[in-house]
Amino acid sequence: MSTVAPVIARRNAEANGALIGYLPVGFPTLDESVEAAVALVENGVDVLELGLPYSDPVMDGPVIQAATQQALANGFRLSHGFEAVRRITARVDAPVLIMTYWNPVVQYGVDRFADDLAAAGGAGLITPDLIPDEGADWIAASERTGLDRVFLAAPTSTDARLAQTVEASRGFVYAVSTMGITGARADVDQAARTLVGRLDEAGAEASCVGVGISTPAQVAEVLGYAKGAIVGSALVRALAEGGVAAAGALAADLARGTRSE
Amino acid sequence: MALRAQTGPYFGDFGGRFVPESLIAALDELGEAYDLAKADPAFAEELAELGRSYTGRPSIITEVPRFAAHGGGARIILKREDLNHTGSHKINNVLGQALLTKRIGKTRVIAETGAGQHGVATATAAALFDLDCTIYMGEVDTERQALNVARMRLLGAEVIAVKSGSRTLKDAINDAMRDWVTNVETTNYIFGTVAGPHPFPEMVRDFQKIIGEEARQQVLDLTGSLPTAVVACVGGGSNAIGLFHAFLDDADVKIVGFEAGGEGAETPRHAATITKGRPGVLHGAKSYMLQDEDGQTIESHSISAGLDYPGVGPEHSWLASIGRAEYRPVTDDAAMQALRLLTRTEGIIPAIESAHALAGALELARELGPEATILVNLSGRGDKDMDTAARYFELYDQENPK
Repeated sequence: MSTVAPVIARRNAEANGALIGYLPVGFPTLDESVEAAVALVENGVDVLELGLPYSDPVMDGPVIQAATQQALANGFRLSHGFEAVRRITARVDAPVLIMTYWNPVVQYGVDRFADDLAAAGGAGLITPDLIPDEGADWIAASERTGLDRVFLAAPTSTDARLAQTVEASRGFVYAVSTMGITGARADVDQAARTLVGRLDEAGAEASCVGVGISTPAQVAEVLGYAKGAIVGSALVRALAEGGVAAAGALAADLARGTRSE
Repeated sequence: MALRAQTGPYFGDFGGRFVPESLIAALDELGEAYDLAKADPAFAEELAELGRSYTGRPSIITEVPRFAAHGGGARIILKREDLNHTGSHKINNVLGQALLTKRIGKTRVIAETGAGQHGVATATAAALFDLDCTIYMGEVDTERQALNVARMRLLGAEVIAVKSGSRTLKDAINDAMRDWVTNVETTNYIFGTVAGPHPFPEMVRDFQKIIGEEARQQVLDLTGSLPTAVVACVGGGSNAIGLFHAFLDDADVKIVGFEAGGEGAETPRHAATITKGRPGVLHGAKSYMLQDEDGQTIESHSISAGLDYPGVGPEHSWLASIGRAEYRPVTDDAAMQALRLLTRTEGIIPAIESAHALAGALELARELGPEATILVNLSGRGDKDMDTAARYFELYDQENPK
C-alpha cells in the first residue's frame, strides 16, 4: 500500500492537486535543510522529495548541482539522509521520498537501504537514473518493505515503455515535463500535457509533473491535467538566496497554485 | 561460447543502462541503427574505405629491439595507431559513429574529451561529414591540453570548458549527457570509449577491434606465431579492448592492461580503477570504479589526461572478473621514463597514455624472459604531450620558460 498515493488523492479531492517540493539534504547545512523541509510542509507542500547529494548528478541543472556540490564539500554522508528523514517525519506528517542516483544505493546495499529508509519513516525512492529494466533488486526490496518507488517517464518514451513504467511505479509516476535537466523555465512544455495524457491511457493512477516548474501559475496550469506538480530548483534557489524563511515563503506562494480556480 | 562473441548490454555482471529515461529512446535508436549497419555490407565497406583512404589503415607494426633490450631481450612489437590520421586510435571509432549519425539523420554531434584526442577526432569527423560539433572538456584539461583546444576550434567545433564537479573528464561526460538529454532530437552523442550505457561499450569496441585483427595477422606474418602477450594502456579502455578482442579466444596469449598508477596505486592519487576500485554504477554502466564508502566517485589522478578517469569499460571489468585479462598499475614516473626511453632508442615519441603500456611491456618482458614476444598497442603519438614532457624533463631553456 502506497504512502504517497493517498495524500495525492486527498489533495486532488480537496484542491486541484498535490504540491511536491524538492530540497537536497545537507544544503546549506544538515540542520538548515531539515528546517527548510519542515518549513515547506508548514507552508503547503504536500509531499517532500529529499535529494541525496551525489558526485555525478547527470539529471540536474546548475542550481541543484551547485547546492549538492556544496553539501558534499560540507561533508554530506548517506547516513545524514536517513537522519534528515527521521527528524522531518518526527515534526510534520507529509510523506518524505528520497531522490537518489543509483550508485549510492548499490554501495549501501539495496536491501539495507530499503530497511533503513523504512525504519527512518521514509515513504520511498525517486530514482532518476534507474529504469525499471535495471531495477529488479529495488522492486523486490520495495515490495518487501512497502516503500513507494517512483520511476520517471519522458516525452520520448514509447507507449510500451510508459506501460512498463506505470506497472513498475508505486506512489506516482514522475512525468519529465520537457527534454532536459532540472531548472526553472519560462514555459512548461506542452509536451508535459501530452505525456500525462499518454500515462493516463497507460493506466497511471497518478502522474506528477516535474522539471521546469517555478511559479504558482505553472503549478495551477500543471494541476489542470496532472495529479501533482513538482518544484525543485526554484525552492533551492530561494533557500540559497534567502534562507529558510524565503523557501517557506515561496512554498506558500506555490501552494496558491493548488487552490486557484 | 567464444569470448569474442560476447555482446552488450551485459558482460557478465557488468554493463547495462543506468541512465535517465529521457535517454532511453536515443540509446534504443542508436542501438537499432547500429544493428542494421552491422548487418549491412555497404556500411562495412564504407567504413573500410575511410580506413584505407582517410585514416591510413592498416597501421603498420614496428619491432623495437633497442627498446626491448632494456627489458631483458624479449621481442617487443608496436602496433602503430599513433600513425593514424589525427594521431591516435580514436579516429577508428569516431568515423564509425559519424557514419551512423548520418544514417539516423541527425545533424549535430557532441562528445566528451579528456586529453583532447577524442575531441579532435570527433571535430575532424564533423568537418569531414559536415556536422555541427560541440566538445565538452573539463576546464582543468582545457588548460593542460590547450593545443588540442585550438585544434578543435580550428576544425570548426565549439569547445565548452566544463566548470562543474572536478572539472575533468568525468564531469565533461556528465555535461555531454545533459546536453544529449536536452537536444536528443537533433544530436548524436559520439562517445569516446568502451564505457557508458549500452550500446556504447559494444559499439565502440566493434569500431576499435580492427586494431587487434590487423595486428594478430601482422605478428603471425612477422614471427610465424602468436605473441606471448598483448598489452595496452587502460583508461576507459577503448584502445585496449581494440587490441585485446582479437586475442580473447587465443587461450595461450596473455592479456595485460596497464592502468594509470599516478603517484602510486598505494597513494590516493591514481586512476587504477580495476586494481584499486570496486564495482559500482558510473556514467550509465555497472563496472569497476573509484569511489568512497558512500558510492561518491573519487577524483582520479594521472599525468596523462587520457587515462585520468575513475571508471573503466564493463567488458574490461568482466575480463578481469573471469581472469582472462590482468590489470596492473604503472606510475606517472615509470610511464615518463618509458616515453623517454622509446624516444631515445627508437626515435618514436609516444603519447603519455601509450607510454604506460610501454613501461608495462618492459615489466612483463623481464617476467616472461627472452623467448617471449610482446605486442604493445602504441595508441597515440606524443606531440600533444610535449609541454608536459618538457616540464617533466626540464627541456625548456631556464631563461625562457614557455
